[in-house]
Amino acid sequence: MELDTLGKALAIGLGAIGPGIGIGLIGAKAMEAIGRNPEATNKILVPMLLACAFAEAIAIYALVIAFSI
Amino acid sequence: MEQISHEITLFAEPIFHFKNFAITNALLTSWLVVVVVIILSFILRSKLRVIPGKLQNIFEIIMDGALDLCDQVTNSRALSVKVFPIAISVFFFVLINNWLGLLPIGGLGILEKGSHSLAFIPFLRGGTADVNTTIALAIMAVLGANLFGIFSIGLWKIFNKYVNLKALGQVFTKIKKDKTVIIVAPITFFVGLLELIGEFAKVASLSFRLFGNVFAGEVLLASMAALFAYILPVPFLFLEILVGMIQALIFAMLLVVYFTISATDHEEHEHEEDYGKIYKESIINSNV
Repeated sequence: MELDTLGKALAIGLGAIGPGIGIGLIGAKAMEAIGRNPEATNKILVPMLLACAFAEAIAIYALVIAFSI
Repeated sequence: MEQISHEITLFAEPIFHFKNFAITNALLTSWLVVVVVIILSFILRSKLRVIPGKLQNIFEIIMDGALDLCDQVTNSRALSVKVFPIAISVFFFVLINNWLGLLPIGGLGILEKGSHSLAFIPFLRGGTADVNTTIALAIMAVLGANLFGIFSIGLWKIFNKYVNLKALGQVFTKIKKDKTVIIVAPITFFVGLLELIGEFAKVASLSFRLFGNVFAGEVLLASMAALFAYILPVPFLFLEILVGMIQALIFAMLLVVYFTISATDHEEHEHEEDYGKIYKESIINSNV
């Protein structure tokens, strides 16, 4: 029983590492791009949110796995 | 008084049974969404004017922006006019589903005798928070993309994309000119088979992305409400409204991308892209 809980925690915990780094990189690059060219903010925002959602989806696969254990 | 618990399950909970057919709350929400979309479109249709009213104006702005976005993906207005209707329908279906799922926080529902205590089952659970709905949508998107490809570039070319008989045939026709074809052709053939597996991966990633995001939103809201009710979930509710919007957008955009990929002929496409690149580079150079 206790191992079940541990499995869930490991699944979501380990699964969140990669997307966390990914979203950080996306945000950093977007900030850098806005810093270089502030006029392009509106053009950068939507693709950035899309890329964030793609990265986030991987963490959410882990969440689904964690719930189905 | 018995304690009332609301467990979050991966699967949609059945509300009532119609003979053997369990009607779940996700199914009920999907029906509600269909009704909402139908009513909205009939209202819009009956009040269609040259000088738009308020509602028509809002939808004209949405349609215009969406068609522009579609153009950016497909690179041709003719193609996006063909793909746009199905993409925007899927977008609105997913969007309204996502948003209706957010509504019942302590909302309406029924109490059911669970295994140890009374369980609360809400009437509304976003249809996209049920994996069946999202898998159905994803299968529809991928199958639709292939059918669209068959109608626009022909059955033989789409068939050769997956089971590459053409490449195998080239072993016999081109072997005199080029000896390497005997190695290249089988590789091309197996790449085609990988493409076939890729279609299933598309279905899996498309459906689980949408399902996971919406389901995770429900889990997030429920656990925040459990920490500190009514006030703490409010900012997360706004986040979930945004996420619902973004996920609907992503789903519709990926659908457009798949349709575009399967509608473009690879052999012709490569040349076009080369010209496009040269053209773009010349523009960039002239600007610099």
